[in-house]
Amino acid sequence: MCGIAGYLGPDLAPSQAEQVLRAMTDAVAHRGPDEMGIHVDGELGLSHRRLAIVGLADGQQPMLSEDGRFIVSFNGEIFNYVELRDDLIARGERFRTGSDTEVLLRLFARDGEAALDRLNGDFAFALYDTARRRLTLARDRMGVRPLFYAWHRGTLVFASEVKALLRFPGLTAAMDLEALDQIFTLWAPIAPRTAFKGIFELPPGHVLTLDNGTAATHAWWQLDFPDRGDTDARSEDAVADELLALLDDATRLRLRADVPVGAYLSGGLDSSLVSALAVRHVGSRLRTFSVTFDSAEHDESAYQAEMVRALGTEHTSVATSGSDIGRLFPVVIRATERPILRTAPAPLHRLSAHVRNAGYKVVLTGEGSDEIFAGYDIFREASVRRFVARDPGSRLRPHLFRRLYPYLPNVQAQSADYLAAFFGVGADATGDPLFSHRPRMRATAQAKLFYSEELRRTLAGYDAAAELVSRLPERFGRWHPLHQAQYLEASLLLPGYILASQGDRMSMANAVEGRFPFLDHRLVEFAARIPTGMKLRGLDEKHILKRAARGLVPDTIAGRPKQPYRAPDSTSFRDAPYVEEALHERTGLFNPRAVDKLLAKARTGAMTGFRDNTAFVGILSTQLWHRQFTAATASLNENAA
Amino acid sequence: MTTPEAISDAIRAFIVENFLFGDTSQDLGDDVSLIEADLVDSTGILELVAFVEERWGIAVKDADIVPANFDSIGRIAAFVGKRAGLSQAA
Repeated sequence: MCGIAGYLGPDLAPSQAEQVLRAMTDAVAHRGPDEMGIHVDGELGLSHRRLAIVGLADGQQPMLSEDGRFIVSFNGEIFNYVELRDDLIARGERFRTGSDTEVLLRLFARDGEAALDRLNGDFAFALYDTARRRLTLARDRMGVRPLFYAWHRGTLVFASEVKALLRFPGLTAAMDLEALDQIFTLWAPIAPRTAFKGIFELPPGHVLTLDNGTAATHAWWQLDFPDRGDTDARSEDAVADELLALLDDATRLRLRADVPVGAYLSGGLDSSLVSALAVRHVGSRLRTFSVTFDSAEHDESAYQAEMVRALGTEHTSVATSGSDIGRLFPVVIRATERPILRTAPAPLHRLSAHVRNAGYKVVLTGEGSDEIFAGYDIFREASVRRFVARDPGSRLRPHLFRRLYPYLPNVQAQSADYLAAFFGVGADATGDPLFSHRPRMRATAQAKLFYSEELRRTLAGYDAAAELVSRLPERFGRWHPLHQAQYLEASLLLPGYILASQGDRMSMANAVEGRFPFLDHRLVEFAARIPTGMKLRGLDEKHILKRAARGLVPDTIAGRPKQPYRAPDSTSFRDAPYVEEALHERTGLFNPRAVDKLLAKARTGAMTGFRDNTAFVGILSTQLWHRQFTAATASLNENAA
Repeated sequence: MTTPEAISDAIRAFIVENFLFGDTSQDLGDDVSLIEADLVDSTGILELVAFVEERWGIAVKDADIVPANFDSIGRIAAFVGKRAGLSQAA
């Protein structure tokens, strides 16, 4: 797990190469504090910051193949490298190191791009074939590891984080206003777009090749679901058994490391099950970590303690208050490199620092389960909305909305008529591809009320949701509505927010590698084929996973009402000294008078709803983003001039 | 004396200030559905009820909090007029 950076093209004078590469890798030094390596060869520059986890003594990068033809700079892990290595040895390869990097190098040298299909791992790499003068950038299936790129005067520049790209001479930061609108509608930019104008991310499961000056991008893996109506005769028991076997193997592979591996324990089903499986492999010496909150509505420490008792792990937690979140938020935005609508990443930044201080640099986590087994409220909400829409006059059906959100007092307080009205918006359009996500998108989009006149004019006629629809695969329309909703979560929100802003960027900011057993591609593909009724049975989310977890996770945890991971939002900023100044900074993006009123509302503590909090966090993070990237790059350029 | 127009204006001003943060560009006619126009959500409706209670000194029961009474400025004004009238008569 590491940070990579590099370029291919004529833009950089050879005399500049090493200095530029050093500056780029310095910008991602937090991802790899253990070692640094640089390779320059003509128009190619590759660099690497290493977090040493596998092959501690001999896994240095960039790594050259034995014959010198291939060179790779690789961020991530190939979890099945042991099996691949054995297979390659059987085919006559002789290894020089014990690293997974050499496995990747040799496999790619033999099989080319087809090698990707054999990799079980989380990775982003740049591999250059000197004989064919062909550069390959590749990213893992689900988008666990990041890879960004930009073009500058015919040179392709790439890196694990945007801040490294901004150290390349001539690349500067400017807000992509349509990407901002995507975030303020969908919570994430639609890849390959990023918050930075002219800077792109390689989408998950994609390859970019630059072959003698010609660039091309294509998907090497895609999430797919069966056509609606396809039957599956497997029994629930059979499915649960296979699910558990796959998850167990995914966990086993992710315990592979030459350093100790810990686990996050949130108190929910997913991380509890992963930890329980890990304990079966390594015993109670498994070290577990968690976040606790001083606000009862967010805190899950009682469930965490129960799971720790059940597993017997050595466990520590990091207490997080709203003030902690407020204090840390600018650092968080520096790491996310994009505006965000929730403060939830901040506690995870504190958690990874806690893990690192405990001497650990690898943790298992439970993310991905809610996407592949239909755990999120949005899936249940869409199902109830369809149920209510079938009998619009029903006085009883809307009461089901209350059962979806036991943790939201404002929803509990509503009459059936209002529940039907709030959640019924758009219910007459059940054929809408974004049906499941319309209420969330509409509520989120209220933050656009604060756009400045200039921004409104610039975005006039632009529709982020329509762009998302235009990018959906043709086969989307053949899927069951639950699978359509799962696809939206797994292809947009998961890589664009959960794995990016809450995952990789928060853990790697403190040089901690997160590993996600639920995102093992074998399990993802298996889960996609599970009948929808086994995933969401009535209002019972992750039904089949709960069944698979029997005997491993106490019923009190497996059967507890779903509590999404949340953190205090606008209340976190009451004492944060930078807020007023940041909100008042002239970026031209927002209406200052409206923002003043929003700030005043936040200061009175009257801000309790989703919409106001979303707007507040979204605007503040955008302003902080602007300060840290746009302003900083401008100043760098001024210095250079 | 509170006229129906004065009630409507006060509600309109509250919505502009608290839900639109000063933006007066949106259509806030008496008949506009506050939900369909995305002007209130489940939190907003409770803020609106609290405003009505405090401003006109009337008690709003749970059973009163329905779109028939609160989903447009016109409906809220009618509800307030009726209740305020009842209070004065009592």
